Amino acid sequence: MSGILVVLEQWEGRVRRVGLEACATAVRLGHGPVSAVAFGAGAEAVAEAVGGLGVEELLVLPDTPFDRYSSDAFAEAVAEIVRQGEPSLVLFGATAFGKDLAPRVSGLLKAGLASDVTGIDPDGDDVAITRPVYAGKALQRVRIVGTPKLVSLRPNVQPVGAGGGPVARVSRPAVEVGAPRAVVTGTERNDETVELTEASRIVSGGRGMKASENFRLLDELAAVLGAAVGSSRPVADEGWVPHSYHVGQTGKVVSPDLYVAVGISGAIQHVAGISNSKCIVAINNDPDAPIFKVANYGVVGDLFQVVPALTAALKAHLDAS
Amino acid sequence: MKIAVLVKQVPDTATRIQLASDGSGINTAGIKWVLNPYDEFAIEEALKLRDQHSGEVVLVSFGPARVEEAIRQGLAMGADRAIWVSDDGVADVDYLGRAQILVAALSQEADWDLVLVGKQAVDDDAAQTGPLVAALLDWPQAMVVLGLTVDAAGRRITATRELEGATETVELTLPAVLGAQRGLNVPRYPTLPNIMKAKRKEVRHTSAADLGLDGAQLTADRRVVVEGYQLPPPRPEPKVLTGDPAEAAATLVKLLHNEAQIL
Repeated sequence: MSGILVVLEQWEGRVRRVGLEACATAVRLGHGPVSAVAFGAGAEAVAEAVGGLGVEELLVLPDTPFDRYSSDAFAEAVAEIVRQGEPSLVLFGATAFGKDLAPRVSGLLKAGLASDVTGIDPDGDDVAITRPVYAGKALQRVRIVGTPKLVSLRPNVQPVGAGGGPVARVSRPAVEVGAPRAVVTGTERNDETVELTEASRIVSGGRGMKASENFRLLDELAAVLGAAVGSSRPVADEGWVPHSYHVGQTGKVVSPDLYVAVGISGAIQHVAGISNSKCIVAINNDPDAPIFKVANYGVVGDLFQVVPALTAALKAHLDAS
Repeated sequence: MKIAVLVKQVPDTATRIQLASDGSGINTAGIKWVLNPYDEFAIEEALKLRDQHSGEVVLVSFGPARVEEAIRQGLAMGADRAIWVSDDGVADVDYLGRAQILVAALSQEADWDLVLVGKQAVDDDAAQTGPLVAALLDWPQAMVVLGLTVDAAGRRITATRELEGATETVELTLPAVLGAQRGLNVPRYPTLPNIMKAKRKEVRHTSAADLGLDGAQLTADRRVVVEGYQLPPPRPEPKVLTGDPAEAAATLVKLLHNEAQIL
């Protein structure tokens, strides 16, 4: 194998987008051939999606015990594939899957892992790595010593180019693992909402929303934008929205193209969690709210007037284009 | 149940991070140090399990002398005792080194049923300690746990994990390592009597050397080396719109389309 191995997260033949970002990154780094590994039913079906990005070989482990996620068996399998193929670099997505799996592989191989990486570039035979710390209030430059080097990539940061064509080879590696001791017995997917950490657009509400039912205004704006809905921490703590909405240092750290902060004053923990957004729009009636300091665009005004007006203006814009 | 909770002391999330003048680290002057917020969920869950199944809750922490304050906070929440591993001579170890030290501390005692950790520490945000400790102990693990139940015999745990746009149920055999996510519980506040009681609880002080580890070797064996820090690039000056909401909204849409080019 040598080169770079990408560990994909897939279900029913669908690859999580960060897996594609990892494949594109691996090809961009130019450190030898790129292989990918996929687990579970539907693993072969990802061949087309990743082949188009330049992945040469897809390793699949579709059968028991890999039909259900288990951190111990999956980590053993990745470790064994790495021992057999000796890639210099192994890329994961820094999702719940990758964050569970990658450090366990690191422990098994005694190999260094840089997690939740936002910057990765070739540096001779090595890679130069940057990762946010303190939820993005600072950036850390790290070097991984020895091989293999393990890296998990933050979703929504690395570009994915277009392409076409299946991978050159699909193979089934021979790996033996022990009986899994942490086995997934059920998964409940909510396909209707866009996941915040993967969303390219987010509309978030804070205390200025005044009440749970007013989030309806944000739902309407989000629907027009195709955005996910998030919140500041106090609003989630109050129970106006589920905890999973909470964006910030102790919630979700997001990196969308567009982040619309509505009625959010901009506490330092919230600002840290959105600092990687490409464009931030703030809507607030307080012109001195700290959120305006990090925003690209701000609207000072009553959100109960501005948000419906923005929804209407966006609708008109999209209908016209 | 005998439960260990791995706790870390971190800068308060309200901290404005500034760098040391040479960029080798952050400027720690004036920082308020607190118990890692996710560790509070881990401690709370350990206390609830102890109350249901009896047993004890032991905090294990690695770091300089200041971490005792975080340990005392956890003891004031209700943990029974603590082990503090000082970072003398091993302050610069990497994630694997830290996990090896914590595992060595755990291995001084037998009969652990469960190790709880916060899903990540809000300083380096690496989220590695839980799975690393599990791998080194060869125990099963589940991170980002939102709910858990232990069976009556105390042999198995059913945990709910938060995924992107999904929740997952995981069955684990004990002993195991679990990482606590916000939403798992509501951590209790230490009461004044419990704060007083915590001052008399046992905090056993140990070191890497006491644990039979060679600090110089651990440091030399680092697989991840931090080369430096920088602040994120400054954000551009904002364009702020005021006045009639409908006009402001229409102008904003134009700016997002023509200037930011994201519509």
